[in-house]
Amino acid sequence: MTLRRLKAIALKTGFWLLVAVLVLYAIFPFYYAIVTSLKPSSQLFEVSYWVDSLDFSNYVTVLSQPTFLAAIRNSVVVALSVVLIALLLGLTAAWALGRVRFRGRTTVMMIVLGVSMFPQVAVLSGLFEVIRTLDLYNSPGGLILSYTIFTLPFTVWILTTFMRQLPDELEEAAIVDGASPWVTLTKVFMPLLWPAMATTGLLAFIAAWNEFLFALTFTLTDSQRTVPVAIALISGGSQYELPWGPIMAASVIVTVPLVVLVVIFQRRIVSGLTAGAVKG
Amino acid sequence: MANRQPTMAQTPAAPTPGGTLETTQPVRPRRERGTRVRRRRVRAAWLFLTPMLVGLALVAGWPLARTFWFSVTDASLSSLEGANFIGLENYLVYDNGWYGILADPLWWQSVWNTLYFALVSVSLEAVLGVIVALVLNAHFRGRTLVRAAMLIPWAIPTVVSAKIWAWMLNDQFGIINHLLMTLGLIDAPLSWTADASLSMWAVIMVDVWKATPFVALLVLAALQMLPSDCYEAAKVDGIHPVRVFFRVTLPLITPALLVAVIFRALDALRVFDVIYVLTSNAASTMTMSIYARQQLVEFQDVGYGSAASTLLFMIIALVTVVYLYLGRRQLGGGS
Repeated sequence: MTLRRLKAIALKTGFWLLVAVLVLYAIFPFYYAIVTSLKPSSQLFEVSYWVDSLDFSNYVTVLSQPTFLAAIRNSVVVALSVVLIALLLGLTAAWALGRVRFRGRTTVMMIVLGVSMFPQVAVLSGLFEVIRTLDLYNSPGGLILSYTIFTLPFTVWILTTFMRQLPDELEEAAIVDGASPWVTLTKVFMPLLWPAMATTGLLAFIAAWNEFLFALTFTLTDSQRTVPVAIALISGGSQYELPWGPIMAASVIVTVPLVVLVVIFQRRIVSGLTAGAVKG
Repeated sequence: MANRQPTMAQTPAAPTPGGTLETTQPVRPRRERGTRVRRRRVRAAWLFLTPMLVGLALVAGWPLARTFWFSVTDASLSSLEGANFIGLENYLVYDNGWYGILADPLWWQSVWNTLYFALVSVSLEAVLGVIVALVLNAHFRGRTLVRAAMLIPWAIPTVVSAKIWAWMLNDQFGIINHLLMTLGLIDAPLSWTADASLSMWAVIMVDVWKATPFVALLVLAALQMLPSDCYEAAKVDGIHPVRVFFRVTLPLITPALLVAVIFRALDALRVFDVIYVLTSNAASTMTMSIYARQQLVEFQDVGYGSAASTLLFMIIALVTVVYLYLGRRQLGGGS
């Protein structure tokens, strides 16, 4: 009896130890970035595990740089526009793919899936030419255009999955009333799809906010950069003297909104990811 | 089209990749009312699809075709228009010795690095992801908080996580060297990102940290759909939990794990940002994407870079086709 209890206690301790290790592993890097960002530059090179100073000079340094503020503005503009476009095009496409049976539907779905597997580098030169022809090089417009290549496929995919789960009766009533497909979509389906749209919008926002390769290649001047590029290109006097304090402060600034969003909407994000992947 | 409607509604829908999309669709209880309504709906469907298809053609189809074309020309970044057709010279050409990508040792090293990176990181992510999912599937107080914590690495932008890890792995002031030295595991600080024998492991470490939550979430979703009666039966029979895991749980979550692994593998094969930020263009961690972009943008050799991009595309397309083929077969066998 006691042996069994001992075993149970050992198992329980082991489990909690595992949980603790995993949580530590998951959050320590970000925690350490916060610790570093709150240090004055004189203490930067002494390793410490706890927040032992509250020095905001790194944040002041970063936020007083006009280029970093411009990068935040660009990132917000690009990410929000990408979300809007992806949702608009994704919703109409999802209605067609999810509610109507027609020849070629499977082919369209395959095309969408195929595009989502494109390596970004494969379209880099062609897209560069398109963007330059449209006179969008080195502007947020070029990034908004190019980001649809990875946001649109999963938006269509996830919204189609959700659209199919809605009951048929809804639409039949609308058809009997003589409503056009557009009215059906906006008046019947959209109100029901808000949760799904919030999920996909959030995923599209995160993807656009984090994108690096296109942003690095299709922008040239500091004033047009997005946040990831701005952070990657922060440099000091030489390669070996990177200003780690400001870099960590900038990292914390651009990550906190995402972490907050993810923690608040974790349920939605999980459902979106599984709808996009498991059911795809 | 219209007179085929009744039979179409009865035949099972064509299989789609991954397989379960069609099963979520309820069988239509009634025929869609009237052929005129139906025809109008099909027309509307194509109309609604057009913006999306035009968008994809503009940012994916056309650029991909142009990349293929550039790969057989001598285009450079400054003169895309004045490109001349040069056949397969970017790929391989004999001119008193073999030249071209296929004769470039650096390209083959990038291919090898990419495959190595993909294999190691995705395997580690799969194992860790299953462990995390099992933990999150257990009932314990604070589970929601733990799940939120697990999502944090996934939410952090890749560039930012690469920078944070670069700082933690810093050779002189990094906390990881400090920790390892305090524990007595190493005598002298390691230069994780500069040492050619360590840098690939540094990159893998960062990628595993960032991508494990994704795998864990997909596996967790599968775990939560498992029938509980198997487990009760196993418990009654007194079967060891480890045995239950390998005999019952693992086979049942394999489809979800496979999907997660494929998604991760496709991501790993095109990996760019984490490596670009951590080790830049170093040969020891150069991947196919890094190689192609360096040729395209830094060396301005659009023809050569496009040829490298084309090869990368071919490799990924091959993986995708194999996946779709297997997915279709699996579906055919299941239903």
